[in-house]
Amino acid sequence: MHKAGTRQGFGDSAKLALREGREGMDVFVQQVINGLSLGAVYGLIAIGYTMVFGIIGMVNFAHGDVFMISAFVALIVFMAVTALAGLSGGVVFLALVAALLVSMFVTSLYNWTIERVAYRKLRGSFRLAPLISAIGMSILLMNFVQVAQGPRNKPIPPVMRDVIVLFEKDGFAVAISYKQILIMVTTAVLLGIFWYIVQKTPLGRAQRACEQDQKMAALLGINVDRTISITFIMGAALAAVAGTLFLNYYGVVVFSDGFVPGVKAFTAAVLGGIGSLPGAVLGGLLIGLIETLWSGYFSIDYKDVASFSILAIVLIFMPQGLLGKPEVEKV
Amino acid sequence: MTSVTSSMAQAQPKIDFSRLFTDAILATLVALGLFGLLIGVKTDQSLNNQMILVLRPGLLALILAAVFVGRLTIGYIIAVRDARPPEAKKAKAAKSNTALWVEKYGLPVFVGFLFAYPLMVLYTAGPQGAIKWIDNFGIQILIYIMLGWGLNIVVGLAGLLDLGYVAFYAVGAYSYALLATSEPVKLFMAAHMGSTFWPLWAFWICLPIAGILAAFWGVILGFPVLRLRGDYLAIVTLAFGEIIRLVLINWVEFSNGYAGISSIPRPSFFGVPFNASDTGFAARFGLEFTPIYRTIFLFYLILILALITAFVSARLRRLPVGRAWEALREDEIACRSLGINTVNTKLTAFAIGAMFGGFAGAFFAARQGFISPESFVFLESAQILAIVVLGGMGSLMGVVIASILLVGGVELLRELDALKVIFGPNFDPAQYRMLIFGLCMVLMMLWKPRGLISVREPSVFLKEKKSVSSDHVKEGHG
Repeated sequence: MHKAGTRQGFGDSAKLALREGREGMDVFVQQVINGLSLGAVYGLIAIGYTMVFGIIGMVNFAHGDVFMISAFVALIVFMAVTALAGLSGGVVFLALVAALLVSMFVTSLYNWTIERVAYRKLRGSFRLAPLISAIGMSILLMNFVQVAQGPRNKPIPPVMRDVIVLFEKDGFAVAISYKQILIMVTTAVLLGIFWYIVQKTPLGRAQRACEQDQKMAALLGINVDRTISITFIMGAALAAVAGTLFLNYYGVVVFSDGFVPGVKAFTAAVLGGIGSLPGAVLGGLLIGLIETLWSGYFSIDYKDVASFSILAIVLIFMPQGLLGKPEVEKV
Repeated sequence: MTSVTSSMAQAQPKIDFSRLFTDAILATLVALGLFGLLIGVKTDQSLNNQMILVLRPGLLALILAAVFVGRLTIGYIIAVRDARPPEAKKAKAAKSNTALWVEKYGLPVFVGFLFAYPLMVLYTAGPQGAIKWIDNFGIQILIYIMLGWGLNIVVGLAGLLDLGYVAFYAVGAYSYALLATSEPVKLFMAAHMGSTFWPLWAFWICLPIAGILAAFWGVILGFPVLRLRGDYLAIVTLAFGEIIRLVLINWVEFSNGYAGISSIPRPSFFGVPFNASDTGFAARFGLEFTPIYRTIFLFYLILILALITAFVSARLRRLPVGRAWEALREDEIACRSLGINTVNTKLTAFAIGAMFGGFAGAFFAARQGFISPESFVFLESAQILAIVVLGGMGSLMGVVIASILLVGGVELLRELDALKVIFGPNFDPAQYRMLIFGLCMVLMMLWKPRGLISVREPSVFLKEKKSVSSDHVKEGHG
């Protein structure tokens, strides 16, 4: 489903160093930096999974594809702005901001529509129905983009190529790029904002109330449908941020890019403890680290196997995750 | 009579047209937001490999118009339906009887039709045209029916949602392909049984081995997930399916990676090969050689394999283990408190379901003569699961109907040259098949979340057998 080997952007230099037989602190630090920035993207997607699972208890299987759609929207907006105004420094920044905002809007609209059309009627229906509907939606979105935009890889011109060299040892420079800083800072800020919304605002209170008991929440005057819609919109907005950062980082997107990052982000959500926002980001960072270190020190071919194995191991041995509450089985 | 006319008079719907129009306009605006960038603008590669944007306002306008008209029509239909008096809705009750009837008598009729199908096609289309109809439609659909019936044991009977079923299909296919093409096995067989033995009998010897290996893997993968239920179980089985596929891709020494395995021996007619030689099938039976005999033979082979699956699962359902499966599907906690060993019950379901997946895989490898990991992607699992769920979990006939609709419908799409006349010569209907498939999955869930045939026939009963529509059955935890 994804092209193995075409995408090794994260930590290329570190891998090269490893191939030359270098193993040391410097390479390790570089791997950690790369892993954290990859993990931050997973964490942003994972928040969408964790919020939706928390509130209606379903795996929104189409969330990975919503993320892919956001990257495509960002790509189109970025291309349109730079085509009109050229590729100078200021314009690139403006184009990225425009891409982010438009992508957030369109992606939210997508997730809102998906919930409204494909999930709302199935709420409270037979248990597997929403999951099957979500799988169908995932296939639909992926193939819609393939038909509408073509099956090829879609690159953008390379932007934001500058790096900051942290330290240099024996000719191997440990560096952090502006893109990576952007990813980490954005993730930290957004996690703070969303954590505040969920914990401190009336909206967040309504969301947590729906999470505990929808019927009771409705009796107490909370508009459950609207709260769930807003949850989907919030998840999509974060997926759009992740999609734009992903596009900016890799510089290329393809229609099948939703599936594997989607499963990995879900792994992150489960690892961090489903329903917990900081848990989702923590899980994302761990998955990113494990994936990068695994491909650096063991084998890049098996990096997805490593992530999928973690998913299975966590679900089997630690289903409540790192920061989640243990689930009590009721009759 | 008068009551009928009075209800007809009441049925004159009062429809709020201004609301319908507002709804339609809102839907169009949402569609503009959704499709404005993704359909209205296409990213493309120019001749010197630069990315360019192509505007498609015409296509966008067409789709927006379709959304507007579609929303208006749907809104109108719903308004008319809501305005109808309640008596008219009672006609619905007859429906579950039809479903029951289909489930009861449909299978023998269908099987009879299938046995006659190749001959019918042969007479109507001739030997040249018939291959396509028997192979692309008959065999292709039957493979999915068999996989659906196999997965039905796991999902439909035991209620364990398995999103990685294609892994067992892959295990079966690779077991046969690797054993049949392996040099040491070939040499060993040539030394002991003569040089022509192995190519002729490989399929028949490997078929049970493929099933056993797949069942073995079913137990291995089933064991760790015994405690999981519902969505979590689905995701972990998905992960297992992907792991097996990724290992097949990356472990090149073992499976030859992306390149796959080619020149897998084709099945023989119990030792008689399908070729033009003097000892071949055609010569032996005094017929003129054409490739159609092999196709017809493969058709009957998969038909019989599928029927064995159906027969075994129907009989198992009435055995203690089958009743334990169904009890498990309805309520796991109650099941455990009644002393049913849930570990063994779940593992037998995984193993038996996987075994039939393995048989189907071995058949698939033998039919294609070539396999690669590309045939065992997650989409296949989703497709098989969709067939089981859309058909109605636990229903044998439901799987048949869903396979014919989904697989046959998609295959039929390739044949529709008429669409080329409407949409222009560059129109390729095949690229829309997965799009339509995903759409069907969503629509089916909205329309009938319980599947097409959602009747549960009790396997144990007191005095009188009563079938229960599954709408009335309480949902358990899988």
